[in-house]
Amino acid sequence: MTDTAWIDAALTSARPQAVGALLRYFRDLDTAEEAFQNASLRALKSWPQNGPPRDAAAWLIMVGRNAAIDEVRRERWKAPLPEDDQAISDLDDAEEQLAERLDGSHYRDDILRLLFICCHPELPATQQIALALRIVSGLTVKQIARAFLVSEAAMEQRITRAKARIAEAAVPFETPGAVERAERLLAVAAMIYLIFNEGYSVSGDTAAARGALSEEAIRLARLLLRLFPSEPEIMGLAALLLLQHARTAARFDATGELILLEDQDRALWNQTMIAEGLALIDKAMRHRKSGPYQIQAAIAALHARAERPEDTDWRQIDLLYSALELMQPSPVVTLNRAVAVSKVKGAEAALEMIEPLAPRLSNYFHFFGVRGAFLMQLNRNDEARVAFDRAIALANTSAEAAHIRKHLDRLMRDSTPKGTKSAK
Amino acid sequence: MLYAILCYHDEDFVGSWSKEQDATVMRKLRLVQDNLAKQGRLGPAARLLPTTAAATLRKEEPPLVIDGPYAETKEQLLGFYVVDCKNLDEALDVARDLGAANPGGAYEIRPVGSFMPGGLSK
Repeated sequence: MTDTAWIDAALTSARPQAVGALLRYFRDLDTAEEAFQNASLRALKSWPQNGPPRDAAAWLIMVGRNAAIDEVRRERWKAPLPEDDQAISDLDDAEEQLAERLDGSHYRDDILRLLFICCHPELPATQQIALALRIVSGLTVKQIARAFLVSEAAMEQRITRAKARIAEAAVPFETPGAVERAERLLAVAAMIYLIFNEGYSVSGDTAAARGALSEEAIRLARLLLRLFPSEPEIMGLAALLLLQHARTAARFDATGELILLEDQDRALWNQTMIAEGLALIDKAMRHRKSGPYQIQAAIAALHARAERPEDTDWRQIDLLYSALELMQPSPVVTLNRAVAVSKVKGAEAALEMIEPLAPRLSNYFHFFGVRGAFLMQLNRNDEARVAFDRAIALANTSAEAAHIRKHLDRLMRDSTPKGTKSAK
Repeated sequence: MLYAILCYHDEDFVGSWSKEQDATVMRKLRLVQDNLAKQGRLGPAARLLPTTAAATLRKEEPPLVIDGPYAETKEQLLGFYVVDCKNLDEALDVARDLGAANPGGAYEIRPVGSFMPGGLSK
């Protein structure tokens, strides 16, 4: 292992555990991060000569902790503060004691805590994601800025602000009880899903830079599942991300335009990811403890299992969406269900279903895209055109707008469209 | 004699490889495999999905299903090869070649007792 790329991978994989343990030790995020940084620099010097240690995380924790303590000692020597004596002797623990404090039983809660402080409820979603990518994943500010399409300075500021807010808040260091642990787990799962979506909802031209976010989210979901191997909702989350990400290669055409699920070349779907996603869903179902991630993953699984679009089990998808509606009522869920209903019962029933959503989705691109498609299927072309115009005005990416424009072009060309949504 | 080469590696580490790193390892491994295949010495081989996808059946009474891999170890069983080698030295040579393509972790070299090549319909 002389190649620094391999050391980078080792540092990345050890990072959540190491920073998590250092955070528990020092109870200060900046100190923990700096300690890890120092340890990483030493690793880059030492590992190529001596080979990587058997347990990279333990090595980094030990070296990082010692470096930070040396730092404190130096500071104390420069400006002696007698009242700090207690703190220093605290830090002066014998190594066996440290080993005990860093024992494996803390491993799970260390990583969960590290993830959890990133999803502090006072932080807006964008700050949560940026913070997690910086602290847990160890992406550079530059990489994160590129993924969010903002300047490096703006991202630096966003992360600094998020950290300041967390420093003010009390970070829970006690070992959590069962209820609290479950709550943290759900908060972290939601954040991982946000990271995934940040990478998923992109246009083709920026897909490469942001697709990395989706992969990182999958890595974090697997990490979380390894810590909590029997949690069906975490299996559901990992499955959902894998099944959606499996379609990446088929989602955009050569010009970067979005391709709808039913128009995608299914041969391009990643079968390994699908296999992993289906395996996880199978495992989750055995627990008979349903939840929103599992249901969404089950829907994605039905799409993945259909060899051709016409093989899709829309009736089952309709049922799953109705279960999701009960569990997590939202106009967006109903809108998605309406698409399934349009396949099972026709566009008229589907249109009726989404009309009541109009006031709440009046600024939602997909609402008008879907509405226009239903109207088009019913040959109500003038109304369809109005809906599509509105959708274009609300499009979040150029790919979304281009996709709707294709529908419009077809309306212009073809005065009696057939009952399909397909643009190709 | 047939040997199973069981591949153990830290799956966190393997999961942290970039796509390019993963592809590089797979390409280098392919060279070693192709070479063995040409000599007619490569049996079945598999790369396993992450242990998070695994379930374990404990054969208690009644049998108990546990989520996750059988053993909680620092390094996990991530794949295997079956190769035909004259003796341990030769099997170790194969493992060394594979190891040069895929650094880190460990290979367990385990002589095969009885071998059933099986036959998958698809």
